[in-house]
Parts: sequence; C-alpha cells; structure tokens
Amino acid sequence: MLALRSLVKLTWLEIKIFAREPLGLVGSIVIPLVVFVGVSKLVPPAAVMGPPRRGWPGGGFLPVLTTVLIALSAVGSLITIISIYREGGILKRLRATPLRPATILATHVIVKLLLTALTMVLMFLAGRRYVPPDAQVPYLSFGVAVLFATWAILSIGFVIASVVPTARFAQPVATFVLYPMFIVSGLFFPIATLPAGLQMLAKASPVTYAVSLLSGIWKGDPWSVHLVDVFALALTFVVCTAVSSRVFRWE
Amino acid sequence: MSFDVHEGEIFGLIGPNGAGKTTTMECVEGLRKPDRGTISVLSLDPMRDARALQNRVGVQLQQAQLQKRIKVWEAVDLWASLYPRAVNGNALLDRLGLADKRNAWFMTLSGGQKQRLFIALALIHDPEVVLLDELTTGLDPQARRAIWEMVRGIRERGKTVLLTTHLMEEAERLCDRVAIIERGRVIDVGTPSDLVRRHCPEQTVSVSTGDPDARARFDTIRGLESVAHEGTTFTLRGRSDDFVTDVIHCISEHRIRVSEFRTGTANLEDVFLTLTGHSIRD
Repeated sequence: MLALRSLVKLTWLEIKIFAREPLGLVGSIVIPLVVFVGVSKLVPPAAVMGPPRRGWPGGGFLPVLTTVLIALSAVGSLITIISIYREGGILKRLRATPLRPATILATHVIVKLLLTALTMVLMFLAGRRYVPPDAQVPYLSFGVAVLFATWAILSIGFVIASVVPTARFAQPVATFVLYPMFIVSGLFFPIATLPAGLQMLAKASPVTYAVSLLSGIWKGDPWSVHLVDVFALALTFVVCTAVSSRVFRWE
Repeated sequence: MSFDVHEGEIFGLIGPNGAGKTTTMECVEGLRKPDRGTISVLSLDPMRDARALQNRVGVQLQQAQLQKRIKVWEAVDLWASLYPRAVNGNALLDRLGLADKRNAWFMTLSGGQKQRLFIALALIHDPEVVLLDELTTGLDPQARRAIWEMVRGIRERGKTVLLTTHLMEEAERLCDRVAIIERGRVIDVGTPSDLVRRHCPEQTVSVSTGDPDARARFDTIRGLESVAHEGTTFTLRGRSDDFVTDVIHCISEHRIRVSEFRTGTANLEDVFLTLTGHSIRD
C-alpha cells in the first residue's frame, strides 16, 4: 500500500518535473511530431502508410519507423535520467529511504509510456489527413502494441541504466546496443536477405519482434498471429527486469 | 574502531578529511557493508534490519542532491509518503526557516537552504536517531550557526544525533561528546572539555606591561612552565588548576601596571595536534 502510494506520488512528481524542463518536452514531443509531418509531406503517403509492398515487412513503414524511434529515444532518455540521478547523488539519497529500485524504475517507465502515448496521439492527429480515406487503420490496437513494445524495449534500458557509471557514457552505450538491433529489425531490409550472422542477431533482438508486431497490427493482423512476438517481448521484459534488479547500482 | 552513542546526546565523529568518518557513518546508515565487526543501532543491525531501521533513523548524506526542478514542498511531501508515519511538513519547513521557499525549485536554493531542506527530509518521519554527515561543509559562518541552532533543537526534542565534522569549532560548540578519529581508528572519546583537560591541561595568560621588574616577578608564579615575551607582552604558560588566579595574585601583589590581560585555553584543535602530532588541516 505504502509502495503504491510512493509510486503514484513519485510518478506524478516526475511528470511535473519533466514538464518544467523545456528541452525535454521539445525533444520527446515536438521533434518526433515535426519529423513525422515533414516526412509525410515529402514522401507520397501511399508509399509509407498504404498497403504492403512486395518484399517489405508491410505497409505502415512510417508509423512503425516513428514509433520504434520514439521507443528508442525513450530508452535513451530513461538511461540518461537514471544515470544523472546516480551521478548527482539523488539515487543515493533515495536509497536511504524505504524506496526500492524497482519503484524508481517503474516510475520512469510509466512516465515514458505516458509520454509515448501522448506523442503518438498528437502524431496521428497531425498525420490523419495523409492516411488514405479507405485505409482501415486499427488505431486502438496499434496504440496498445506500441505501448507494449515500448515497455519491453525500455526494459533493455533498465539493464544499461543499472550499470552505466555516468550520464555522458549512457547515451553512447544505448546507441551502441540499440541501433544495430534497430537496423537489422526488418524495417529497412527483409531479414531473409541479411547475411547469416546478422540474421542471428535479428532473431535474438527484441526490436525485431517489436517491428513485426507493430507492422502486423498496423496492417490489420489479429493479435493471435503475433503470439510469438508478444511472447518474445514479454520474455525480454522478464529477463531484463530480473537482471537489472540484481545489478542495479545506487552510486 | 569502537564507540557508543548515548540516548539524547549529540555525538560527533571528528577528524581530518579521509580519516574514515563518512565510511563509518555509511556503515551505521546501512549503506555500506563493514569489512568486519558489529554495529548496533537501536539494537538493530543496519544491514540486516535496514527496513526496520529506515523508519526510526533519519539520514542526511554528504553531497546529496535532489532533482533540479523539484519544489521544496514537493520533496517534503514525497518523503512523507515514503514512511508509515510523518510529521506535518509545513510546520517542519516553518521550523527550519524554509516556509517562504516552499515553492522554490531545489536548484535555486542557496547551500544553507539546501542543507536545511535535507535536515527537513531527515526529520520528516520523526526518527529517534538522526545521522548528519558533514552538515555545514561549504556554508558561510552565519548559515553554519543557524544550522547548529537547528541541531540543538533536534536534541531538545529528545532525539539522538550522531554527526561527523572536520570543523573543530563545530564539534566544540555542538557536541556533548566526540570521538577523535584518525586513519580509521578512534584515538579518544570524551566531552570536548574533558579531552582538552586530559590532553592539553596547559593554560595561557598574555599580559602587556611596561614594568621593568615584571619578568622577575612572573618567574615566581607557582606552576609556571614557560614565559615568552615580545615587546611589552608576556605570554605565560602553566599547568596548575589555579594558574590564572595565581597570575592575577602576582600582578596585584607587586602592583604591576597592566595595559592588557588575556587568558587562553586549549581547544580540540590543540588536542588533535597533541594526539596525532599534526594539525587537522594538514
């Protein structure tokens, strides 16, 4: 009960603190929005939003690309915040209270998910007129898929955030770990066309399953087709959370 | 290293930087596992019984920070939500002189205000024992005195305070008892005045006089250990309990005209010098 009260209070507080930082707001909401609208204007909408093309994982390239990018930037900012908190001695001060590391991580995950949801809603409001009128986009289902995928990808961030010593080190580590996964995720090149080594990496990478789930749901697949993706992402979360609670460093 | 802190007292761990004060404190706080030995706080083990102790012990850490843009009242409110029971945050801020800073961001507070906020966070759950690590380091003398007043207030409310400091003046003015620490060892424990009496019993009297016979008269004082003089000022050192009285008696008996008279007693700084052979600032 006490832990829940602390979680709610800390989450609400972190949202307020985040909103007081103008740069953070611009980086997480305004920039993705501008990029999305800009790309939508440059590229014919049908090519990026419309029906699947041969050899590609599916239509909806742009929505999937942007949502994965948002998830990756959420991981980056989660890691940065946790390492700033560690470097500044904020975690150490919290450690001398009954707060658990899991509560602190959970707080930041909730904040990131809420922010992702908000960015997404704004993006789709802005991009609605580029979607062909006859397209049947399952917005709600896609929204759930995005939050689920982000949640799983964020857990990779836990592990990195638990061990990186400084904030300056955090961002490059996140980039080094996550962007290779992103590139081989099947979003840019069909996985079957990759060299064998990269195919292995793609199969082991949670981002691949996130892309597969998101593209599928965008096209209108039922969730039952993507049980493997859902399982892989849930497994990622369980494993990463367990690892990070073991290796979490307060200072 | 071994020491006991009694209920209701302000106990200081004093020593130079690097002596092991913060390490000791972190072991007591349960933030660091001691290599060996036992620690008991309120009859509990700080590592094993960390959760039980957190509700009964208030902690202020050396070099802690909060989120830059957290407001003072929000920090107090958050901390209050972490414990099963908490005192009134507004009254606490009032008592610590932070009432008009309730809505200020942490990053806009001065050093003294930040420390007072950390004291508020340490006291929010009305702990029985308060641990304060290098509380006034980096503060100006005025802010330092205000903080001392607050720490005395904590004792007056019946709490026990364990603090660390490398400022001898702070230890003398604030602590009921101190442990002098050097290179991870306790050298001696006692009240500041006991330690001075025990290790630096010498008293000093400075007398300025133009009397040409003064030197010869002073040499007859009982317990006199040395006389030094510079111009017309004599510095007399002695060990007997009545040394100052004897000096006054000598001056009055021989009708020595005196233009200046000062007494000096040793302080913890001198004790430290005597015990370790070097100054605490070295």
